[in-house]
Amino acid sequence: MAKRIDVSGLNAYYGSFLAIEDISMTVEPRSVTAFIGPSGCGKSTFLRTLNRMHEVTPGGRVDGKVMLDDENLYGAGIDPVAVRREVGMVFQRPNPFPTMSVYDNVAAGLRLNGKYKKSELDDVVEKSLKGANLWNEVKDRLNKPGSGLSGGQQQRLCIARAIAVEPNVLLMDEPCSALDPISTLAIEDLIGELKERFTIVIVTHNMQQAARVSDRTAFFNLAAVGQPGKLIEIDDTERIFSNPSVQATEDYISGRFG
Amino acid sequence: MSNATLSPQRSSLRGATLPKWFAWAVAAGSVVLGLGISAAAGLGSSIQWALIAAILFVVGSYGISAKVEGRRQAKDRTATSLVWVAFLLAVIPLASLIWETVKRGIKVLDGYFLTHSMGVVADTEPGGGIYHAILGTLEQVGLATLISVPIGVLTAIYLVEYGRGRLAKAVTFFVDVMTGIPSIVAGLFILSLWILILGMGYSGFAGSMALSILMIPVVVRSTEEMLKLVPNELREASLALGVPKWRTILKVVLPTSLGGITTGVMLAIARITGETAPVLLLVWVTNFINSNPFSDPQASLPMYIYLQYANSGGSGAAYDRAWAAALTLIAFIMILNLVARGIARWKAPKTGR
Amino acid sequence: MDITTQKPAAPPTPGPAAPADKRAARGATRPGDRIFLALSRGSGIFVLVLMAAIAAFLAYRASIAISEDEANFFTTFEWNPSGIPPEFGIAVLAFGTVVSSIIAMVIAVPISVGIALFITHYAPRRLGGLIAYVIDLLAAVPSIVYGLWGALVLVPHMDGLYGWLDDYFGWTGILEWNGGAPRSLFTVGILLALMILPIITNVSREVFRQVPRMHEEAALALGATRWEVIRMSVLPFGRSGVISASMLGLGRALGETMAVAMVLSPSFDISASLLDPGGGTFAQNIASKFNEATEMGRDALIASGLVLFVITLLVNGAARLIIARRKEYSGANA
Repeated sequence: MAKRIDVSGLNAYYGSFLAIEDISMTVEPRSVTAFIGPSGCGKSTFLRTLNRMHEVTPGGRVDGKVMLDDENLYGAGIDPVAVRREVGMVFQRPNPFPTMSVYDNVAAGLRLNGKYKKSELDDVVEKSLKGANLWNEVKDRLNKPGSGLSGGQQQRLCIARAIAVEPNVLLMDEPCSALDPISTLAIEDLIGELKERFTIVIVTHNMQQAARVSDRTAFFNLAAVGQPGKLIEIDDTERIFSNPSVQATEDYISGRFG
Repeated sequence: MSNATLSPQRSSLRGATLPKWFAWAVAAGSVVLGLGISAAAGLGSSIQWALIAAILFVVGSYGISAKVEGRRQAKDRTATSLVWVAFLLAVIPLASLIWETVKRGIKVLDGYFLTHSMGVVADTEPGGGIYHAILGTLEQVGLATLISVPIGVLTAIYLVEYGRGRLAKAVTFFVDVMTGIPSIVAGLFILSLWILILGMGYSGFAGSMALSILMIPVVVRSTEEMLKLVPNELREASLALGVPKWRTILKVVLPTSLGGITTGVMLAIARITGETAPVLLLVWVTNFINSNPFSDPQASLPMYIYLQYANSGGSGAAYDRAWAAALTLIAFIMILNLVARGIARWKAPKTGR
Repeated sequence: MDITTQKPAAPPTPGPAAPADKRAARGATRPGDRIFLALSRGSGIFVLVLMAAIAAFLAYRASIAISEDEANFFTTFEWNPSGIPPEFGIAVLAFGTVVSSIIAMVIAVPISVGIALFITHYAPRRLGGLIAYVIDLLAAVPSIVYGLWGALVLVPHMDGLYGWLDDYFGWTGILEWNGGAPRSLFTVGILLALMILPIITNVSREVFRQVPRMHEEAALALGATRWEVIRMSVLPFGRSGVISASMLGLGRALGETMAVAMVLSPSFDISASLLDPGGGTFAQNIASKFNEATEMGRDALIASGLVLFVITLLVNGAARLIIARRKEYSGANA
């Protein structure tokens, strides 16, 4: 299922403001790629261009190419709704549908895509919740509201919801920033398991987290406030954290700015 | 992963999309077809062909889209068309309301109309004007404002600056309840108290009291919201200078929120200016100028409209006057509204919204 | 639109932490402080007294009328309070009020929700803002103008629709038309729908605008179309808001007086068909009968007004309850 992402010459705008400029990179299938960089460097914006969520923001606009295997997401005739089914997303703050039960939250994506038998749905819900390491905690309260879970459980519920539709790629936008350390650890373990099946891209503010979970790391930076964000370098995580090829990366990692 | 499994997945991304002009084309087609069918079947009413066209449009775009784009897209399109239909359904009568009022009202609305009463004009004859009604409305609304604003603003001050206990909770609750009182019930209350029990006669003032009942809760609510927007630091800064609380409220809190309170009061005035029911019960109406709001029936714009409509036996001249008075009333209310919003925007405290 | 209707939508504002009241009040030893506190507290108490007085005086006059009533006040199809003996009842009025309000709600609620969605989710931003503004202003148009328009423009245009309804749905009996003037409860319902549409639209729009972005994005990221986003996150979130907005609209429809009085041709019997002229509503009956009423007649009208008062209190109370519950609910998820 996992697919390769190949980005070339990508610019993203908010109205007339150029938010990220000329980004090219490749994300390997069945790997975890982390995006790091100071606030406002455009890493979240870039992440949102990978499933065409950027254009949902008023004034949001993109040019350039994002190839998912051999299909350009921004090509003519591509349906953004179909793209978002193939490229799942987990957000910064857990956002289960507040009026739906745990079960309905996980089944929400499937139900959008046609009729399933109850037994089929049951299977997928169980499988996805197990995949998100949440099954044991919620199996007795599948019909309780999803908003009644703890923050960390809610976030894993959101991951279960995202993987239930079997996407090719899973995007995570600072998935642990609103969670306590124990929940964070649970999510990090989960990411390690999920990369067996999915291509994972994760934005994080936490460099230790990037070092712990990712195979490759991309460093984004901006020259000054009001300037577009740029990709400084992308390399194996080990190399980025031990011996980066660009001085700015080393400065950032060693805490000299940002 | 082999290429064989790749290719069907690829096409799923590419879901066939109908061009942008598709909706317009179907709309145009439906209108033409609707007109055609109506003409062929000899249906005269414009409602009928519009209905046929609307149904054709919704069904047509669903059918075509379901074929080409799939069921989900088709549903999405149907929802879009239904939302548009809802919008058009509401816009047509509401636009007609404004349009008819302006078109029919402008006919006799001139300087003469605004400065003369109906004193010497029979209801069915042309001529006359609304001077007496404007005078009555201004006096009644003015008196109601004089009663409501002090009570309303002081109540709001109590709720925001002092009240925390049971009394404050009760006041909040009953202010809420008061906003829901139908205007005719407010009129009946004053009727039973003022006219039936105290034995007073019709007067502008009796109407003003009923209007105050409708106005007080609106003033309380809007003033409360505005006072809550005043930052606490401002109060504390003043109190810390040793200024007594009541002077802090008068000199610091009220001036800061004055713009917002003015807006709220003007919107409240706009709301009661058009009230007819209490006026009908308590002020009644006259064709003559009565500048004393404390005794005898007085005219007012809403009652004038009602009288010209109801007592004229279908005379065109009377209807013209009714529309012209309606236009005057709407213009007055709209101007109040626009000025109120203008003040709100101009005076908005930086911390607010 | 008046401020009060925005209230349900406003986020719960924490009251500014004015120094705790009781101590502050006791500590108010300066004459200025004392006078000012007395004035503002007095105003608050005045509001309470006023409400009590409204209920008390209406009940007092109503009790006079009802004790004289020789017929059952709730079930009689007649309004003859100055007859000997006086006989009157509110059955027809209750029927007409409920039926016209139901028609108004059935028409106005879906359309209002549609327009609110149009403004927040479909129309281009500028256009949406403009429409919202115009609908805001329309909420301020007085009911007497709606009445004039209803009587002189809407009624003459209803013949076509009545004929059409009779052709296709006449067999139901409910929508049978005998060719009389279209001044029926049905037309009243349509006019009431137009009158409450702006207020329901305004409140619903406010609620839809407050749907947290992240809930909508959750649906979008699952590959939902615009309609699916609305169904999955906007409508569930806004449901209680829409319900309370509808209740506010219902409260207005129940108490509307002049527009009904100008459009309806009233009578004191109940017809099986909604399209037959006749029937009446509480408020309309008061306005129409008031002019020629004797003192007994006025007391009888006050008695019917008391019933209307109680009904609107119940409806508004229900609306407030729903709003209060919604606050708790969204607070838990914030």
